[in-house]
Amino acid sequence: MGLATFLIQCLNSLQYGLLLFLVASGLTLIFGIMGVINLAHGSFYMIGAYMAFALSPIVASTFGGSFFTVLTVGLVLAVLLGYVLEWAFYSYLYEREHLQQVLMTYGLILVFEELRSLLVGDDVHGVKVPDLLAGLLPLGELMTYPVYRLFISAVCIALALGMLFVFTRTRLGMMIRAGSTGTAQREMVQSLGIDIKFLYRVVFAAGVAIAALAGMVAAPVSSVYPGMGSSVLIICFVVVVIGGIGSIRGALVAALLIGFVDTFGKVLMPQVAGVLVYVLMALILLWKPDGLFKAG
Amino acid sequence: MNLLRPNAPATAFAAAMAALAIAATPAAFAQSAPKLKVGLMLPATGTFAALGTAIENGFKLYVSEQGGKLSGREIEFVKVDDESEPSKATDNINKLIKRDNVDVVIGSVHSGVAMAMAKVAKDTGTLLIVPNAGADAVTGAMCAPNIFRSSFSNWQPGYAMGEVMAKKGIKTAVSITWKYAAGDESVKGFKDGFEKGGGKVVKELSLPFPGVEFQALLTEIAATKPDAVYTFFAGGGAVKFVKDYAAAGLKKTIPLYGAGFLTDGTLEAQGADADGILTALHYGDSLTVPRDASFRLSYAKTYKLQPDVYAVQGYDAAQMLAVGLAAVKGDLSKKAEFAAAVEKTKIDSPRGPFMVSKAHNPVQDFYLRQVVGKENKVIGIASKALADPSRGCKA
Repeated sequence: MGLATFLIQCLNSLQYGLLLFLVASGLTLIFGIMGVINLAHGSFYMIGAYMAFALSPIVASTFGGSFFTVLTVGLVLAVLLGYVLEWAFYSYLYEREHLQQVLMTYGLILVFEELRSLLVGDDVHGVKVPDLLAGLLPLGELMTYPVYRLFISAVCIALALGMLFVFTRTRLGMMIRAGSTGTAQREMVQSLGIDIKFLYRVVFAAGVAIAALAGMVAAPVSSVYPGMGSSVLIICFVVVVIGGIGSIRGALVAALLIGFVDTFGKVLMPQVAGVLVYVLMALILLWKPDGLFKAG
Repeated sequence: MNLLRPNAPATAFAAAMAALAIAATPAAFAQSAPKLKVGLMLPATGTFAALGTAIENGFKLYVSEQGGKLSGREIEFVKVDDESEPSKATDNINKLIKRDNVDVVIGSVHSGVAMAMAKVAKDTGTLLIVPNAGADAVTGAMCAPNIFRSSFSNWQPGYAMGEVMAKKGIKTAVSITWKYAAGDESVKGFKDGFEKGGGKVVKELSLPFPGVEFQALLTEIAATKPDAVYTFFAGGGAVKFVKDYAAAGLKKTIPLYGAGFLTDGTLEAQGADADGILTALHYGDSLTVPRDASFRLSYAKTYKLQPDVYAVQGYDAAQMLAVGLAAVKGDLSKKAEFAAAVEKTKIDSPRGPFMVSKAHNPVQDFYLRQVVGKENKVIGIASKALADPSRGCKA
């Protein structure tokens, strides 16, 4: 592997890692902070991608906007969806066992997949890259790199910084951190006069919105197809578990680590590429059973 | 109400039995020749649902063209959704054979499911016609007198494409696919055809099924600088691969070739990035087979949609069944005669006439197709009357 190829592979790793972080960070919020095993997280990603596909003609005819208007409309819808779902379903799960959470969120996957099939059908669709970002950067003599992929990375970095800021520097972040992990903390926060129910609803809606945002942003490069949600679900859990439950910083580090291991694994050890990420997870859990940066 | 409750299940049971008896009576006495029970074990949900529907449509179209009867026997369909789930396949086909007593099973799309079905069919001797799944072993190591395939083996399109690429004077190629049976078999076929013609496969790239993060492997291709790339992907993975390949700037410098599934049913989503790609398959658009024109018209009239390769395979599965049934005059217990008849009859398929090999896989022409606009336009024949080697078949 020449130096140029090596550097391009590093760029690929970085870019894949950041995309993983984008998809998994919503799960960190929901699974890590609220303690709900949310198998439907992949569905929110899928919903986002399908919104990018299905909303664009509707948005174009009503607001006359571009990709970014679609993003905004999609985000608003995702927040609403998250808010309603939390109120109708998830708010009953916090005190329940994990098995019941798994059952209900698995049920939601089936419902969302069936709705998707009814509303949009089972075909594979492509989403156009917005003209503004459709350019290609030359990379070495043979390859080019789509500007849109760099845009995705930029979105991921902005989101990571934004989340870290909210978490560590704001009152909202403080309340979220205080209310996370366990019934006792929840009750303590509530007794201090903070509306924990509302707080959780907001966090959940944010988690759904981030997952949907990931889906929308990734749609032009990943295409839109049935079952795309379940394809990201497992890797999301791996990111959260390696990073340490509830830690944004951990999720970022874990996602980048997986990006590098997966990319170079595919190139250097193609026979075992499928299991490398899980071997990494096992090794890290042996070394640090709570993940790299467990919160609290 | 409370007093009645303990008896409720019994009452319901009695009512259900009565209803069954009433429903069963007319059927039992109304006709002399018993209905032919056809078990359709196809995906009705999941990624392959659309393929299952196309196959069923094609099959039923042929039956209805024959007046709803084959060899004087009316057809009764028993349907099972196999969900493209190999772990449930054995149970599902056993239910069809043992509970529903079907005479013949048609299925399926997914190779893993079809392998489980072939195993049961081989053990029980039930007639099985596979209308899509390309697993080489179905007409290879698993081959049997009662197992037929109306589609293709994974090896075939790969081999056909390899021959064409070698003839074009391409010297080196990289192959890229998912690391699973269908991908491996397709690449094996490609390698056989390409290296026999003097080419050399310099690198075989793969990624775990159904992963779609291709960037690392695209970089590998760019660094290897082969003359061409051969690929086997389908569905969502095919869309993403074609788009990523173009975005990486490789399309201009290293031409992309593939098994036909790369551009089948995916052109809408792939858009301009697929333009010009050459693939090999046993069916395509703008085919000059007269039988195809009438088939397409009839299909479009009946279902208000355009047929695809899967509909053709379903249609031909029904044709193969009809040929065999006619030879044994509707008596499926004569298995040897049934097989002999299918083996020596030319099936008049919309893809062009074909015969089946000794292992019961179609010996057929593979077309060279080029993506033009939203069509896989047939521009020639990649390999004429190509037969699968049927490795490991001892029947």
